[in-house]
Amino acid sequence: MPDRRIIKEITLGSEAATLAFATALAPMLRAGDTLLLEGPVGAGKSFFARSVIQARLAALGRSEDVPSPTFTLVQVYDLDDVELWHCDLYRLTDPAEAYELGLDEAFDQAICLVEWPGRLGGLQPEGALRLDLRADAGEDGNPDRRIATLSGSAEWARRLETEE
Amino acid sequence: MDKLTVLGLESSCDDTAAAVVELTRAADGQVTGPGRVLASVVHGQTDLHAAFGGVVPELAARAHAEKLDLAVEQALSQAEVPLSAVDAIAVTSGPGLIGGVMSGVMCARGLAAGAGLPLIGVNHLAGHALTPRMTDGLEFPYLMLLVSGGHCQFLLVRGVDSFTRLGGTIDDAPGEAFDKCARLLGLEQPGGPAVEREARAGDPTAHRLPRPLLDRPGCDMSFSGLKTALLRARDGIVAQKGGLSVQDRADLCAAFQAAASDVLIEKTRRALDVAAGACGGQVPALAVAGGVAANTALRKGLQSLADARGIALVAPPLRYCTDNAAMIAWAGAERLAADLVEPQDLVPRPRWPLDRTSPSLLGSGKKGAKA
Repeated sequence: MPDRRIIKEITLGSEAATLAFATALAPMLRAGDTLLLEGPVGAGKSFFARSVIQARLAALGRSEDVPSPTFTLVQVYDLDDVELWHCDLYRLTDPAEAYELGLDEAFDQAICLVEWPGRLGGLQPEGALRLDLRADAGEDGNPDRRIATLSGSAEWARRLETEE
Repeated sequence: MDKLTVLGLESSCDDTAAAVVELTRAADGQVTGPGRVLASVVHGQTDLHAAFGGVVPELAARAHAEKLDLAVEQALSQAEVPLSAVDAIAVTSGPGLIGGVMSGVMCARGLAAGAGLPLIGVNHLAGHALTPRMTDGLEFPYLMLLVSGGHCQFLLVRGVDSFTRLGGTIDDAPGEAFDKCARLLGLEQPGGPAVEREARAGDPTAHRLPRPLLDRPGCDMSFSGLKTALLRARDGIVAQKGGLSVQDRADLCAAFQAAASDVLIEKTRRALDVAAGACGGQVPALAVAGGVAANTALRKGLQSLADARGIALVAPPLRYCTDNAAMIAWAGAERLAADLVEPQDLVPRPRWPLDRTSPSLLGSGKKGAKA
């Protein structure tokens, strides 16, 4: 079992708050980091991933299309010194297919944002940071409110604490 | 007048395909009329009506490679054309899944080297965009709406190598949105045909779903928020009634389909205006390709749009709109006819925007419900 504990849970009251959270997390990610994005359809996994990618591109003074990876499974972005892999594994039928995509190497060398990481089975990288997103309209029925839970190793807890 | 025969290979996504296509060139070098598809073999496509080309991706490069050999053999034999009678080999060299693209390029390279033939790299999207010329002999310029499981964009096609992207989706492609809609409502995949079938018995006005980005100028589209809005409508019904009735599901499908096609149709109207501005007058034709083009509601809307302007609507048969190699062979033949065969060794390009001149989408990622 990977060493993974809840590091923090925050309430994101609007899309802008989700965007800001993603933008704050983006610069902390470096080569070899994997962010597993968990949550049902419509929870905002793609929105979060897109926000992270756009923040990283913007930091390099670039703006590019960030198309959905659902169809192609993987979209790769060249961030000058590191690649960023945006994956949607929903269509995988067997964890072994992750090797065909070259994900094992990417987990070591690139920054990976992985939607539907459950498809990886036992191939999930042990040191991955996990973000669970779930909608929680609350009493006022705010459809954009999300509860975001970050979990990961003690190392991640330390990194998120110090780099924040 | 001469004829060019091209063998095409396509393996950039889920399917493996090979085809032989013949192009007729007039004495002045112009392509005349539609092409002739002598053979078009597709392996792995479970359902031709799938917007999504099936739901199980073929990831293994070696599986593509094995199927490619078989597909090439079958295509040549069905066409009754020996490799020695072929004028060039065309292959999808991007964009797509790296494993598939690599195997296609390797296979084509081997064939071309062995037979001493020119090798032509084709952009998968160019293949889609030039298809109406192969099927209907459409002349330049025309506006192409490419609408499938993985793509959604407007292209002004002015030449074999002249594509201007006028807009596209900033998030999900419509085929993907239909699939996700089906997923949310417990319908089978691929979602396009399933949702359309359910929608027939539904009331599109029973639920008010958003029309993302319609209140903003331009030809960009967004379909991700539509999925979220559908989810909320579904959950609303479930919270109220404890479950979905058959009628509820039909109503949700009808509302979803209406919203998606409204957006596509209105944005097509705007794209036609932009294209007219760029061409200094009405573009003579609107072409639509991709699995989602099979949707009846969308097709009707596009037809009346074209009728109102007195322009032609060209929708190639579905077998040439989903992934296939005939379009790649054709695009290769067009490049050969126009002398656009690059001498350098072919490089696979997993990411390869067709139009390098248009600025990339800012991709605000804004969700439709509020857009």
